Amino acid sequence: MDLGLILAGGIASGTVLLFAAIGEIFAERAGILNLGVEGMMLMGAVAGFSTTLTTGNPWIGLVAAMTVGGLLALLHAVVTIHLRADQVVSGLALTFLGTGLARVLGEGLANTNVARLPAFTVPVLSNIPIVGPIVFRDQSVLVYVGFVLVPLAWFWIEGTRPGLHLRAVGEAPAAADAQGIGVYRLRYAYVVLGGVLAGLAGATITLAVAPGWFGDQTVNGRGWIAIGLVIFARWNPIRAAIGGYLFATITPFNLGLQGVDRILGFENPFLPGRSATFFLDMLPYLFVIAVVILGSRQAARRRIGAPAALGIPYVRGERGR
Amino acid sequence: MTIRLEPRTSVPRWLSPALTIGAVAVALTISGAVIAAVGGDPVASYLHILNASFGSVGVLSDTLVKATPLILTGLACALAFRMRLWNIGAEGQFLLGAWGASAVVLFPLVPDGTPAIILIPVMMLAGMLAGGLWGFIPGVLRARLGVNEIIATLMLNYVALLWIQFWVFGAWSESGFQQTKAFPDAALLPRLADFADAVPAFAGLTVHLGLLFGLVTAGLLWLFLERSRWGYEIRLIGDSPRAARYAGIDIGRRLIIVFAISGAIAGLAGMSEVSGVVGRLQDRISPGYGFTAVIVAYLAKFRPGRVIVAAILFGALILAGREIQPSGVPAMIQGIILFTLIVADVLVRYRVRIERRVPVTAAAASPPAASPPAASPPAPSPGAGG
Amino acid sequence: MTVAPEPPEPSGDAPPTAADSLAVQAIGIVKEFPGVVANDHVDFDLRRGEVHALLGENGAGKSTLMNILAGLYRPDAGEVRVEGRPVDFGSPRDAIAAGLGMVHQHFTLVPSQTVTENVLLGLDRPRFLLHERESEAEIGRLAERFGLRVPPGARIWQLSVGEQQRVEILKMLYRGARILIMDEPTAVLAPQEADELFATLRSMTAEGRSVVFISHKLGEVLAIADRITVMRRGKVTAAGIPATGATKADLARRMVGRSVLETLERTPFEPGEVVLSVRDVVADNDRLLPALRGVSLDVRAGEIVGIAAVAGNGQSELAEVITGLRPCGGEVLVRGHAVANRSASTVLRRGVAHVPEDRTSVGTAPNLSLTDNLIMKRYRQPPVARGWLVDESSARAIALDLRDTYRIAAPTVDTEVRLLSGGNLQRAILAREIETRPGLLVAVQPTRGLDVGAIETVHRLLLDLRAKGAAILLISEELDEILALSDRVDVMYEGRVVGSFTAAEADIGRIGLLMTGGSEADHAPAEAAG
Repeated sequence: MDLGLILAGGIASGTVLLFAAIGEIFAERAGILNLGVEGMMLMGAVAGFSTTLTTGNPWIGLVAAMTVGGLLALLHAVVTIHLRADQVVSGLALTFLGTGLARVLGEGLANTNVARLPAFTVPVLSNIPIVGPIVFRDQSVLVYVGFVLVPLAWFWIEGTRPGLHLRAVGEAPAAADAQGIGVYRLRYAYVVLGGVLAGLAGATITLAVAPGWFGDQTVNGRGWIAIGLVIFARWNPIRAAIGGYLFATITPFNLGLQGVDRILGFENPFLPGRSATFFLDMLPYLFVIAVVILGSRQAARRRIGAPAALGIPYVRGERGR
Repeated sequence: MTIRLEPRTSVPRWLSPALTIGAVAVALTISGAVIAAVGGDPVASYLHILNASFGSVGVLSDTLVKATPLILTGLACALAFRMRLWNIGAEGQFLLGAWGASAVVLFPLVPDGTPAIILIPVMMLAGMLAGGLWGFIPGVLRARLGVNEIIATLMLNYVALLWIQFWVFGAWSESGFQQTKAFPDAALLPRLADFADAVPAFAGLTVHLGLLFGLVTAGLLWLFLERSRWGYEIRLIGDSPRAARYAGIDIGRRLIIVFAISGAIAGLAGMSEVSGVVGRLQDRISPGYGFTAVIVAYLAKFRPGRVIVAAILFGALILAGREIQPSGVPAMIQGIILFTLIVADVLVRYRVRIERRVPVTAAAASPPAASPPAASPPAPSPGAGG
Repeated sequence: MTVAPEPPEPSGDAPPTAADSLAVQAIGIVKEFPGVVANDHVDFDLRRGEVHALLGENGAGKSTLMNILAGLYRPDAGEVRVEGRPVDFGSPRDAIAAGLGMVHQHFTLVPSQTVTENVLLGLDRPRFLLHERESEAEIGRLAERFGLRVPPGARIWQLSVGEQQRVEILKMLYRGARILIMDEPTAVLAPQEADELFATLRSMTAEGRSVVFISHKLGEVLAIADRITVMRRGKVTAAGIPATGATKADLARRMVGRSVLETLERTPFEPGEVVLSVRDVVADNDRLLPALRGVSLDVRAGEIVGIAAVAGNGQSELAEVITGLRPCGGEVLVRGHAVANRSASTVLRRGVAHVPEDRTSVGTAPNLSLTDNLIMKRYRQPPVARGWLVDESSARAIALDLRDTYRIAAPTVDTEVRLLSGGNLQRAILAREIETRPGLLVAVQPTRGLDVGAIETVHRLLLDLRAKGAAILLISEELDEILALSDRVDVMYEGRVVGSFTAAEADIGRIGLLMTGGSEADHAPAEAAG
């Protein structure tokens, strides 16, 4: 097994989690919890894949995926922002809807192949010892988009005027409203942005990292994992990216480990056919729970919590008693 | 033009059921449009569903068989949701329940040849214990560590499936197949067909004792939620946790107990499925009962009695939906129904007023007496307003 | 939204002191909310360089009128002119652009952000990048000019309420507000902080800016205002009368339409045994910062002990510690039984009743029926409890009885309590708590936001309970209320009891000084000087 390949693979599939998690961070920083990430990713995955199949152009597929993700998020936005429905329920509904619709639309897509998005090697950077080949060699263009998106998202939130407004809307919408910031407008914008990124995450799977359509197995819970990462990341894009890469790296370790005969001199119990591989497959999910426990505890200790208005519909001028 | 929601001060009794039915109708219409769009025939599909689920006593019985696990998992969700505890883990609890019941037979925990009268209750207990444990874990995580229960339960669903696979593919595998050996007769729940000798009309009817579990559980849950002190506490916690704490209720403990009970009910569903329908343990025993249960509970407004009705409807959808192409249609319909239900719920709580905004300008300083109240917040309303 | 183009800043060479130059004029304002006419053809004007007080009870329509001026609401009819030009504000932003800013009673600050970030929030500059350091310096200079002491780099949640108010004022000044509307600004301030605020307002009017000062307190209105407008039930009952020459009695009559000087019938104070004894209690607040730093106090049977403190000095946490809702160190004894760190239900069984600060989501469960809310403290005991069941009919009987006895205006006992008015909600809570026949009642802000009639009811119920021999701990930010009801006043500052007075000794000046961290020693020379 080649450790470099595994790490490079981790970077690639970490990009999927990164897009979805950053999208969710944007929505949650604006005060809207969107639990529909899994559904939006599936729809993005199927839309990207089938559009590429029809047009032969993965870029058009990519745009389709992002559009579909954005549209689904818009539905969630209307229901939770204007209609003030429970964000948890609406998000769950979105996941059900996305999953079902993706299966309908994905009918007959299994066992087909499409053109991938291009992958390339970054000239100078790939020569950096150790890190270079892992991070900058033969990676999909979307991986590099991820590299750029992370600092950009962080800086947008922390260092710019729109970011200041975004944070205000999620922390104290009434205060933001009083300063003339369009609370609804911003919430719509960031929820839809979150959907666009979730759609992108879905397309990253089907058009770049693991091309093909495998029904709901295509996303296989990664939307939920992304939501877990957001809590672990304490709503910070950089921490979300680190978590995403880390997480995705230990998952493909499965594949690597299973090829090894002996570990530390002991017979490898995780080889295919030896049933312990199921326990190894559980690890990612248990890891998410562990990470969320960690995130919740840290948040409590360092007094950094969720955005204060997360999950609460904003109604202007609601006269309290 | 703006859309404005005004809280209703009183809700007519007919409104809520009418809107629920309306929501389902709208959802079916939308789904029909989607089916037509991908080249299907919605009318034929719906007629097929109707016919294949309620068309004869035989298929009605099959519908009830599909409804049985939905009744139990739906009750499990309804109980948790009452407390605003989002247990999305009924699927995993169902699987663990099935595993627990199977373990009684396959380990075996009881000697071979144990009569049904003892074996069945032991399996029920084991199923409820295993499912209850799978509910207890997220309950403790939430109550003691503040871990979001949605994520915990979802992750545990995946873990539960892998756990089942570990046994089914490994230790319990029947000569390498992805299933265990068949259970002995004493471990099977009696079906109506078993009594065909006495009542010939029962011949071929697959309805099993699990249905009775569902009905009895619904009755007990109703008593528990609507009449008992614990039910009162759950209502209080569900509406305002801070008020509940103020009233001297230990929320953490209630939360863990409710989560465990919820898991146990879902576990009973798993037991009833392996013992009443499948007759052995497989990894694919659930076509997503635990997830459909979320919608069943929501459609039933978390009321035990209505869960039964909703579960039968969705049982029909799952039964007949298997033959509909494309195969994702039932799942899609479920998603759309949930969305329209949410909107219907909003309409129950709020009155929607659509207003043309009358510009209040200096020129309009002497407005006619009948000027509509321009009280609408001048909030920007992209998306919904226009 | 049409906004008049921004008029030039009042410059030094054109002193804007002419009495007839109106900063704001509102003519025939009408505003209806479902069920109420909040403003019924209201006229109001504000001159340049004056402090104009708007006086009225809760619900008289003052805040509605000012919210209209500040662009938060649109009037159903009527016209607003700012510096002579008709305006139609679509949002507070438009109002600020026209030079008109409002400081609300509930601050509109983002707790997790810094003072500077809050001041910059919603502005067009900086365009994209936040240059925190430059802005901080600029804001610091502005604060200094008006005597607004506040650290620009601090996060809002770290500030006292008084400091937060300064941030709000700073926000408006930074936006170039020439007209400032202050909604009940002294409600959250200690007397000395209020004096500081008045000095700031004076320095603003000296520069030609104008201030509207909303209040329901007669004394401070007479102290700060140049002119006074009084409102009652949506109508103006006195329009811009000069403050000099106005009398409290006259203003009070116009405010409520009858003599309000509430006279409380108090039975003589006969202290009994010590019911509540708090010893060296320490506790953290929700942010895990120390809120109580060694509090000790006693409350006897038949005694009302009032806690005088500025918001955020530990009084809310003290109430929670006593009622079992917050963990603590130290000792809390109720009739000699330790209750610290016991569950809320244990405290309940010891005969402690609690009127909580937040009556809509702690004191009641909003979407449950009046019946369900009234049995909240007694569903564990018969007759409501029948074994493990709840006896619906006896619960209903109790609810009907309480509704009639305490005159809770609710259509039926099945009505969800979120539909009740604040006064009725508080009646329901008091009914429930008093009917537990408590040995100790902890009442936190029991009259906040209520109208005069409801306040009287609450006061009467508290005094009745005292007469029956209960011990009462009264926590209120209304110093007048504390002084009117209490047999003993304990002053809290930064989590400690810094002074204790009997009703006879209680003196508003000394109490005010202690509330703001001054000591008795500071007070003596001030008294000598005054």
